[in-house]
Amino acid sequence: MSLVYAGVLSHAPGITGRANLVDNVAKRDEFYANLDTQRQQIKDAGAEALVVIAAEHFGNFFMDNMPAYCMGIGEFYEGPIEDPEWLKIARTKIPGAPDLGRRLVCEVMKTVDTAFAEEWKFDHGIMVPLNFLTPNYDLPVIPVNINCQGPPLTPLHRVWAFGEALRRACDSVPERIAVVGTGGISHWPATPDSGKINEEWDRDFLDRLMRNDKDALLAYTDEATYRDAGQGGFEIRTFIAIAAAAGGKGELQFYTAELPIFAVGCTVASFDLAA
Amino acid sequence: MSLYYLQKFLFQLNRDELAQERYGSDLDGLLGEFDLKEEEATALREGDIGLLYVLGVNGQILMHYAAFLGIEWFDYLDMMRKGIDKHGPVRAGVYTMTGGGSSFTEEEKHR
Ligand SMILES: [Fe+2]
Repeated sequence: MSLVYAGVLSHAPGITGRANLVDNVAKRDEFYANLDTQRQQIKDAGAEALVVIAAEHFGNFFMDNMPAYCMGIGEFYEGPIEDPEWLKIARTKIPGAPDLGRRLVCEVMKTVDTAFAEEWKFDHGIMVPLNFLTPNYDLPVIPVNINCQGPPLTPLHRVWAFGEALRRACDSVPERIAVVGTGGISHWPATPDSGKINEEWDRDFLDRLMRNDKDALLAYTDEATYRDAGQGGFEIRTFIAIAAAAGGKGELQFYTAELPIFAVGCTVASFDLAA
Repeated sequence: MSLYYLQKFLFQLNRDELAQERYGSDLDGLLGEFDLKEEEATALREGDIGLLYVLGVNGQILMHYAAFLGIEWFDYLDMMRKGIDKHGPVRAGVYTMTGGGSSFTEEEKHR
């Protein structure tokens, strides 16, 4: 104990906000059904808190003082920071886990310098996952941010170290903890290329991720990722951190590039937890 | 090029209700608090999404400004494309390598 679940899922504002524009309704609903399965897996694991490793988009963190890593130790959070009508998620208060969060931060800090925050307004990067994984907002949440938006970005081998530190931290506390990473793989969100998805690149990345092949995962350079996977591809950091935390192989439950209106390839996967 | 302050202005606007109020009632006063070039201030005064994109504003900031201005999603994408047609490629920021963006979604073709 006490990491009891590790998984990844996609976020994008369109997943909720543009749900009504989708042509391929069957595929959309299949994606939603897989997200609900993930919710059930987290519940079945008996999770008492949910750590969400996200890549927020200038809701809280900006280039005036940008942390490479930040962990939430707030009593509560608010979200979404975006217009609730636009995101189609009502604004609400989300319970935090301040005491547990502090203990995790202290353990992580033994090997990785992380910032922390007692105040955090969740953007779609966290709200969309929560909307599916804890729709009643009754599971305490510990948000984690990896800066994937404003370069210079933390290098991938440090992301791996962060994931390992988070695992060590989870295993040092008695609470049962679920962790999810939420990113995109290849995508060009909020740009004129919105909806572009490099499916081949995504499937290759997911293959490396499911094998939990550390060397292959850390072999990406930001230059190549930008070229092949867009600036949204920088968010592979959140998935890589989960692979490092889990230690075991992954099981890809769902992937599709057939919902480009969501502006991201849609992914759901879980990992074995290596001892 | 003061892309930093241009984005800072929009970052504040996106997250601060008071700034949103002042955008309507005291835009010049609000703009005056940021170290902006005339071209940048004009783009903000006119809500010129296409020019702001070309100036290098990150889409994760820009899309919320567009929503704040009441611009629909596909119109927002179009405005960026037209900005490139009019002003040329993106001049600064992370998108200096991003293309002009033909439509990638079936849904947009219905329009
Ligand atoms: Fe994102």
